[in-house]
Amino acid sequence: MLGIGLLQGLAVTARNFLGSFHDPKRFVTVQYPEERTRLPEAYRNFPFLVSESAEDPMGTLRCVACQICEKECPPQCIYIEKSRDKKPDAGGRPQIYPAVFDIDIAVCMSCQICVEVCPFDAIKMDQVFELAATDRFGGLVLDRHALAKPNSYFQQVHPAEAADVDERLAAARRAAEEKARAAAAAKLAPPRPAPAPKPPAAQSAEAQKPSPPAA
Amino acid sequence: MNIPGLPPIELAPGPQIRAVHDELHGDLLELSMGPHHPSTHGVFRMVVTLDGETVVKLKPVFGYLHRNHEKIAEATSYLASMPYTDRLDYLCSMTNNWAYALAVERLSGQAVPERAEYVRVILAELTRLLNHTCLAGFLLQDGGASGTPLMYAFREREKILDLFESLSGSRMMCNYQRFGGCRADPSPDWLAAASTLAEGYGRFLDEYEALLTGNEILMARTQGIGRLSPKLAVSAGVTGPMLRATGVGYDVRKVDGYGVYPRFPFRVPVGAHGDVYDRYMVRILEMRESIGILRQALRDIPAGPILDPKSKQRGLRPKAGEVYSRIEGPKGEIGFFLISDGGPNPYRYRVRPPSLVNLTILEDMCLGQSIADSVVILGSVDIVLGEVDR
Repeated sequence: MLGIGLLQGLAVTARNFLGSFHDPKRFVTVQYPEERTRLPEAYRNFPFLVSESAEDPMGTLRCVACQICEKECPPQCIYIEKSRDKKPDAGGRPQIYPAVFDIDIAVCMSCQICVEVCPFDAIKMDQVFELAATDRFGGLVLDRHALAKPNSYFQQVHPAEAADVDERLAAARRAAEEKARAAAAAKLAPPRPAPAPKPPAAQSAEAQKPSPPAA
Repeated sequence: MNIPGLPPIELAPGPQIRAVHDELHGDLLELSMGPHHPSTHGVFRMVVTLDGETVVKLKPVFGYLHRNHEKIAEATSYLASMPYTDRLDYLCSMTNNWAYALAVERLSGQAVPERAEYVRVILAELTRLLNHTCLAGFLLQDGGASGTPLMYAFREREKILDLFESLSGSRMMCNYQRFGGCRADPSPDWLAAASTLAEGYGRFLDEYEALLTGNEILMARTQGIGRLSPKLAVSAGVTGPMLRATGVGYDVRKVDGYGVYPRFPFRVPVGAHGDVYDRYMVRILEMRESIGILRQALRDIPAGPILDPKSKQRGLRPKAGEVYSRIEGPKGEIGFFLISDGGPNPYRYRVRPPSLVNLTILEDMCLGQSIADSVVILGSVDIVLGEVDR
């Protein structure tokens, strides 16, 4: 009979409409500024630079200005200038640091490739998405001061990934310390024909390799 | 216009152009629909010549969203093109990723672990559900059913997007597939959530069909509208649900058997009339088959690495050669053609976009129909302008 299909459809809409009165699970919308959903840990939008300490972010950036991310960035939104001098990094070795590190987040397409290619775990994806700015150039081109965030923040937004990274870096640091101690011991001891201890060096090189980030 | 070796091509009747100042019938009216028209799914323009309300000529104009995708890809590394493929058909970034990853894997000879193959199938079928659900909503919206069907479709789409977000970090621009596997391993929780969604989706489809399939207004607006003959569809290179609605059971998942698809028994639904209603119905039936594939894949997914340990992403320099790889995207056959000259960038990079090819026969379907029907016909083609214009 003509009209049965229409009535069936009306029954569906009526069920959906009336159902929302007695079952709160049927409310699928969230009143955004007042209510917020929890972001999944994997959520990403723009990159930030990880620094070891919150007090001295510029002195403890993990970035060594190797410029791999600048090269691999698909829309070419990263600009890096290497420093002329060297600063000691977290492990105490003198390292080059980025004198200029700019990301134009108006160009960035949040693809995470910079994070994947970084061998030093120095750049990670942020979760801040309320970034409206009134100035196109000053507000959306972030320099290294605006990009630097401490490791504790990284642990907060990506707990599983951060734990992974911390473990890897700690292992590398231990290996480097062992190597230094072995080298010092070798210097103190009378010269012997035995070869320098190789395994710790290999291990530290292994630990420095980039690995796919956890979900 | 016949091609030797192929059956003769039936062309739709050509435009009947009348004298401009015909006192009895009045003038023909040339109307430009778009590029900013709510029914054209983006920046797409149809130059329609009307005799009263009847379409006598229709010229699709596109290119407003051209972003130089192919040329950009020829100037960057293989990896750097991956996030750009998300932006081709922004509803189906997972299948676009897969098609591109498959092309590069074949070009550079990389293997994919089994778990990654299963994850790819799961994501491709979720994408199909997402795309077809949205399409049904958009089609009804084009037909004038403002709101309700589209909102129901988007409610379900949101659940799939939540899954994509918790796995890849982004709802639409997933950038998830890599050469030799996938970027992140789905957790057991994620797989359980996907199972729950697959189990519940049939119930949503039942509800959606109760709302739409038997609806008399929908039937009156879509049955017998925009007919496409199988011959024309085949000779124009139409693929996907558009082709299957004409009765040709051609599905790249069956024909090529890429990935682990040969392991899953599923049926390929075909239509009989090639009209808008058949296209809608074929998509609904395809979704039901997708749920079956999802169930099997989620049940059988093996443990193991998600990314081949020997796989290479950065600094890829495949041997000189060329490759064309294709998969069955939700909209049809999406393919990537790559030529390598041994350098770090592809020498030639070409996308075969299903939306563009399916759009080329728009005029043949619209001639003789009313202007209001041409909107519904365009909706049933299922285009995304990001892919048409690239």
